[in-house]
Amino acid sequence: MADKMHIKLTVNGTEEEFLAEPRELLIYTLRERLNITGPHIGCETSHCGACTVTIDGKSVKSCTMFAVQASGKDITTIEGLGTPDALHPLQEAFKEHHGLQCGYCTPGMITRAAKLLEENPNPTEEDVRFGIAGNLCRCTGYQNIVKSILAAAATMNADASSSSDAIGQTKVEAAE
Amino acid sequence: MIPAAFDYHRPTDMAGVLSLLSEHGDDARVMAGGHSLIPLMKLRMADVPHLIDLQDVEGLSGIDVGETIRIGAMVTQADIIDHTGLTASAPILREAALQIADPQVRYMGTVGGNVANGDPGNDMPGLMQCLDAQFTLVGPDGERTVPARDFYEAAYMTERGDEEVLTSVSFAAPKGGYAYEKQKRKIGDYATAASAVQMTKDGGTCTSASIAMTNLSDTPIFSENAGAALAGSTVDETAIKAAVAAALADIDPTEDNRGPVAFKMHVAGVILTRAITRAWSRA
Repeated sequence: MADKMHIKLTVNGTEEEFLAEPRELLIYTLRERLNITGPHIGCETSHCGACTVTIDGKSVKSCTMFAVQASGKDITTIEGLGTPDALHPLQEAFKEHHGLQCGYCTPGMITRAAKLLEENPNPTEEDVRFGIAGNLCRCTGYQNIVKSILAAAATMNADASSSSDAIGQTKVEAAE
Repeated sequence: MIPAAFDYHRPTDMAGVLSLLSEHGDDARVMAGGHSLIPLMKLRMADVPHLIDLQDVEGLSGIDVGETIRIGAMVTQADIIDHTGLTASAPILREAALQIADPQVRYMGTVGGNVANGDPGNDMPGLMQCLDAQFTLVGPDGERTVPARDFYEAAYMTERGDEEVLTSVSFAAPKGGYAYEKQKRKIGDYATAASAVQMTKDGGTCTSASIAMTNLSDTPIFSENAGAALAGSTVDETAIKAAVAAALADIDPTEDNRGPVAFKMHVAGVILTRAITRAWSRA
C-alpha cells in the first residue's frame, strides 16, 4: 500500500520535485532528501519549534506536516533568510547581542522571528515573548533572544525608512 | 517518529470527501490542520490507512459575521485572532484562541478540528457550549445540525458519524460581557482547568449567564445550574460562590500529570471565579 506520490515544493526559491511516501514528514524531506539542514529536529512532538519553517506565509513546525501536504507550496528555511556574507538583520542581531549559546534552537527561532517582524514590525517586548512562545531555548533564558529580536526590528525599521525611495521603486517595477 | 504507511487523498470538493469516506469506512479519517491527528499518527496511537486532507475542499474557510455568526471548519485559530469583525462581534473567540497552543500551532489548528476531535483538552468545545453553538455535519444522507451541548459523548466520542464531516459552527452573536479563563502549566499545554463565560446585565442585575468548562470531565461541561445561580443576582460574592459550587458539582475531573482531583477542583474554582468576575466587569 501507500504508493509514492509526486511532490513539488519551492524551497528558498528553488523548485524541487521528487517521489515520496505520504508518511514522509517535511522535516525529513528538508534535511535528508534536500540536504537543507538548518531546520533542526528537536522534540519531534510539535513543542520545541526547532524545525520551524515558513510555508505560504505561516510559521509551521515541519515535524508536524507531511511533505505531501506541503506540495504546491512555497517554503522558506533559515537558509533562505541570509548568507554568511550578507546576514539577515536578525542573524546579525543574534550575533551582536549574544542571542544564542548552543545554537540548536536558533534557526527555528530566527525563522519564527522573521515572520513575527513581518506581521508586526514594531513589537513590544511582550509581543516578542508571546510571538516566540512556540520556540524553546534551553540555554539563554530568552533574555538575549528577545533583545536580539527587538534590536533587529529597530535596524529593519531604520533601513526601511532610509531606503523608502528604493522600496517605492521596487514596488513600481513589481507593478509593471 | 515515522507514522505507519497510509494513502493520502486531497479531494477538492465535499462530494469527493464523502465518496472516499463511504468507500473506506473506518479506514479513512479526514484531517484539517493535522496538529492533533499527525502527532497521534506519529506515536502510532492513531491508525489511518486513508488520510483525507481537507485543505483544498472549497467552502470551508469562511467567517460570516451578522446576527448569526458562522465559522467554516477550516478557519484557523490565527484567522480568528486576526478577524476584526469577528472580534468586534464575539470577542470571546479571540480571547480563547490566543490561549490555544503556540503561534505555529495556531496557524494550522482549525476550529473544525478542535471541535470535532472530541479531545476533552481542546478549548473550542467548551467555548461553543457556552455560546450554545450549532455544529453543521454533512454526510451521505445530507446535512444536519447538532447543538454543541449535545455533541460530546465521551473522550473522542461524539455525535458525528464515521461518514460525516463537520463543516461549520454557527451561533447567535453573543451579548454582554465575556471571559475565557485558562490555567495551564506552560505554553502549549492543555488546560488544568478552563472556563468560558458570557453574561448580560440590566442595571446592576445579571439577566443571563452561560458557563462552560474545559478539561474537567471526559467531555466539555455546560453547567446550566451555574448560570442559573447568577441570573437575577447582583453577582455579589454570595452569588459567585453559589455559581462556582453549582459548576463544580457538574464536573468529574480525573487525576493525571496535571494533578490530583482535589487540586483540579481547587483550580477549577479559582478559574471559574476569575472568569465570572471578568465577564461581569465587561457586561
